[in-house]
Amino acid sequence: MEILVCVKRVPDTSENEIQLNQTGNDIERDDLVYSINEWDNYAVEEAIQIVDRVGGNVTVVTIGGEDDEEVLRREMAMGAKHAVLISDEGFDGCDGFGIATILKSFVQKGNYDLILTGVQAEDGAAQVGGMLAAMLDYPFASLVNSIEVLANRVLKVTREIEGGNREVNEIDLPCVLSIQTGINEPRYVGMRGIRQVASVKIPTFAASDLGIAPSSVGEAAARVKRVDYFVPAMGKGAEMLEGSPEEMADKVMELVKAKGGFK
Amino acid sequence: MPRIFAYVIHRGGVADDSAAELAAAARKVDATASPVAIVTGWGAELDAACESLRPAYSEIWKVGNEALAYPNAELVRKALTSVVPPGSMVLVLHDHFGIDLSPGLSVKLNSAFVSDALAIEGMDGSFLRLVRQEVGGQFSTHVRCDISTGAVINVRPGAFKALEGGAAGQVVDKSAAAGALTAKRRYVGTVVAEAGDVDITKYDVLVSVGRGIQEQDNIHIAQELADAMGAAVSCSRPVVDAKWMEKSRQVGSSGKTVKPKVYMACGISGAFQHLAGIKGNPFLIAINKNPKAPIFQVADVGIVADLLEFLPELTNRIRETRCAAAK
Repeated sequence: MEILVCVKRVPDTSENEIQLNQTGNDIERDDLVYSINEWDNYAVEEAIQIVDRVGGNVTVVTIGGEDDEEVLRREMAMGAKHAVLISDEGFDGCDGFGIATILKSFVQKGNYDLILTGVQAEDGAAQVGGMLAAMLDYPFASLVNSIEVLANRVLKVTREIEGGNREVNEIDLPCVLSIQTGINEPRYVGMRGIRQVASVKIPTFAASDLGIAPSSVGEAAARVKRVDYFVPAMGKGAEMLEGSPEEMADKVMELVKAKGGFK
Repeated sequence: MPRIFAYVIHRGGVADDSAAELAAAARKVDATASPVAIVTGWGAELDAACESLRPAYSEIWKVGNEALAYPNAELVRKALTSVVPPGSMVLVLHDHFGIDLSPGLSVKLNSAFVSDALAIEGMDGSFLRLVRQEVGGQFSTHVRCDISTGAVINVRPGAFKALEGGAAGQVVDKSAAAGALTAKRRYVGTVVAEAGDVDITKYDVLVSVGRGIQEQDNIHIAQELADAMGAAVSCSRPVVDAKWMEKSRQVGSSGKTVKPKVYMACGISGAFQHLAGIKGNPFLIAINKNPKAPIFQVADVGIVADLLEFLPELTNRIRETRCAAAK
């Protein structure tokens, strides 16, 4: 099975305290530590496990710049056979529709049976996989938390629905699935593995290679634009306890008791 | 102004409570809007669901087809693409179904898509201004959406205050417009979640751990605190994803819904999917080493501390007090 996994490099929230920049139009990106989007990492692991079972190849693709090669190499160290960088200055300012349009052009140059994305990235939109599927007229399932390969180019997939329940579906190949965290246990990638792929040449496609007019997908074409960032003011905010650990512990104990927590 | 539709989900012949939230969201787009509910399904359940919407919507479009008896997003998308007039705005709840349906629907309607809107601030020319969140709720953004070709807007559950109106609406049968419905994805069945060893929905106090607990070997720290208080340990999604705890312990929209008196969120950032599982307005104590964690905005009391130091301290204080009281 030829599997394409669409991945994204995102700020690593476990490694950074993310701040807004001075003008409030972006997060402060200097000195940020980036990593692979967590959902995408599960998707790559799932692709590798499927190929281990039924044969085939895993290709990872991202849209971005030179800096984004690091996540492609990381996923190659994990076991993806091929990596592709799609890069063009004209793509700056794309909305989700633009990203899906670019990916569609790339998919149509290849011959993939299965396309995986993460459910969502740091912008929480959960949109690119579903848009890509609709553009390709492929079937789509979101929030996928298990995949089984059946006969006759059909997959059995389960989707995460409410209350921990799972919706079981059969879906024809080729298809697009968005992968939920927890579907597997992504393997560890050590420095040694990354070093082994450090000098692999990663092919790069520009807009012209994909037959895309940048004006059709970049900022000018985006119907959805972010205007600014701000720190949300939800609710009244917590009363922050101060003092020594002992003092704070005593206060918590008192409060739990007062609220009927224990007698 | 484009015509505004609300895609309403239903179960067992009753429209979901979110129908009134979508009606409220429509009024935020246009205060004079008279949104139309669209309901898909089949048979008596569909008829009853449409009927249940008459107080809230002045017009209800019923799309009945045997193939729509179960809400398969691919089939619903095809039906809506045929039924919804070009250039319309469609509001959908951002739940597991809306995530499945809306991105593809926006492509097929050739309209813009905004996901997981928390607030709608109204029109500015042909642009709709909305508020979204990024980076797990740490930041909000204003988003401007060009709706001149229509729009599909996914609305966060619970973000809009339900609007009940005395509408006495009419049900209009649009079934004939849905066209032929076949899908390359077929619903097979639903697997119900297994019950776990501990039923977290039965406890007055929950010590809930998140990613901040760092590793499985640290969970006993929370368990000891819970034992000292007669509480249970629950958790957020990353803890289950990492296989540190059973799925039956997870609080959130994809886990259990709990109604304790006291909820101690330990190392939990406060994603809305997690908060959606906490009902009954418990006293919420948040302990997190990141002073900017979104959980502090919704908690009653906040403590900036390292869990691995603070939780054992708290356990000790509780044990000492209880020992002293027993003497």
